[in-house]
Amino acid sequence: MDALLLEWDTVVAAFWMTVRLAAVSALGSLVLGTLLTAMRVAPLATLRRTATVYVAVARNTPLTLVLLFTGLGVGANLGVELSSDIATNNFWLACIGLTAYTAAFVCEALRSGINTVPVGQAEAARSLGLGFLQTLRLITLPQAFRAVVAPLGSILIALTKNTTIALVVGVSEASVRMREMIETYGDQVMQIFLGFAAGFVLLCLPMGLLFGWLSRRLAVAR
Amino acid sequence: MSEQGLVVLDQVNKRFGDHHVLRDVDLSVRRGEVVVIIGPSGAGKSTLCRAINRLETIDSGTIMIDGTPLPEEGRQLARLRAEVGMVFQSFNLFAHKTVLENVVLGQVHVLKKSRADAEKKAYELLERVGIGGQAAKFPAQLSGGQQQRVAIARALAMEPKVLLFDEPTSALDPEMVNEVLEVMTALAREGMTMVVVTHEMGFARRAADRVVFMADGEIVEQNAPDDFFGTPRSERAKSFLAKILTH
Repeated sequence: MDALLLEWDTVVAAFWMTVRLAAVSALGSLVLGTLLTAMRVAPLATLRRTATVYVAVARNTPLTLVLLFTGLGVGANLGVELSSDIATNNFWLACIGLTAYTAAFVCEALRSGINTVPVGQAEAARSLGLGFLQTLRLITLPQAFRAVVAPLGSILIALTKNTTIALVVGVSEASVRMREMIETYGDQVMQIFLGFAAGFVLLCLPMGLLFGWLSRRLAVAR
Repeated sequence: MSEQGLVVLDQVNKRFGDHHVLRDVDLSVRRGEVVVIIGPSGAGKSTLCRAINRLETIDSGTIMIDGTPLPEEGRQLARLRAEVGMVFQSFNLFAHKTVLENVVLGQVHVLKKSRADAEKKAYELLERVGIGGQAAKFPAQLSGGQQQRVAIARALAMEPKVLLFDEPTSALDPEMVNEVLEVMTALAREGMTMVVVTHEMGFARRAADRVVFMADGEIVEQNAPDDFFGTPRSERAKSFLAKILTH
């Protein structure tokens, strides 16, 4: 345990980076995922098709490839610069990649949530004179979200663990720090490994419990 | 009918695949009139009712509401729907909103009324349909009869020109049918224009100005309730009434 204690500050800093990646990407993918869901149920066929293709591509591409694409393709090749500081730039590129990937899963979860909302709910909304977007925003999506809180929790947990792949675009999150420490303290591989694993469990376990509780609390009685 | 009706259907046709659900339907509903549509199941009654606010599209013919043809899509359609209230068989109250919110929602987001005004009106209407005390509850906490009365209040909150009822009591337990019919009868007396699809013959006799009998997608005959129930002219109406009125 010496190494972990000795390097405690850097371990915490690395996990803090993991949390920031996960938080920013969670927010981003929630927004993008909701937008994609709206497109998939939109009256315009072009919007529906665009979203369907996006989800199919993003969901079926390995995350490593997605992140390499944002890092090397969008960042290095296309020269998109989000910050003059290279670490900050890499952070944002990683967030974009994680968001682009995770949003596809959020969209699929939300769409299955929409399927749980009886058709009559939207019909009642439309018959009051609410438009398509109003119906979606006020009636359909709120009920869809409540139906898929637990799956969204699973997606958040997966996202948190997926942040470790941000190492391919050079973000020093927890798994990068773990590797560095294993190289430095070769005699304590097991301890270091278990320490970092425990860190992820500590991060993700409460999420599962929180979302489980939320899903029971927010369930819509019919 | 020479007078311009509030709701006018002219040669309306609709098919579901091979099934011709509405055949050349002509119907004109005057302002303040209560029209009850009856007929065997599969006659196209509900489809007709739902076509009036375009929850069902039609294949040919025209539907006019207060002199305006029913728009196909978009904002104009939404505006027109706001003027046509709808009460569904399965209530369709917004399950994630309280009773009060159900009645407030359309007023705030469609009529753009202030929250305070909308709530005031909602409380008045809930009082009127006899559920003033339940405003803070969620729909699932109410009985079917109470839910349907909330649904009527929700429709009334939009101050519609006409109210459509699509079998409003068919999903209710028998002991709750009357509380809903009483509210509807009161509305009819107050001069609300209503199109009611129902199997409640008592309500048709009591509250209707005109009974429209449909079978196989067609309007077979229409008459004042006493005349229709007393001396039906068509064979199909006779056999329908014989089946439902003998016991």
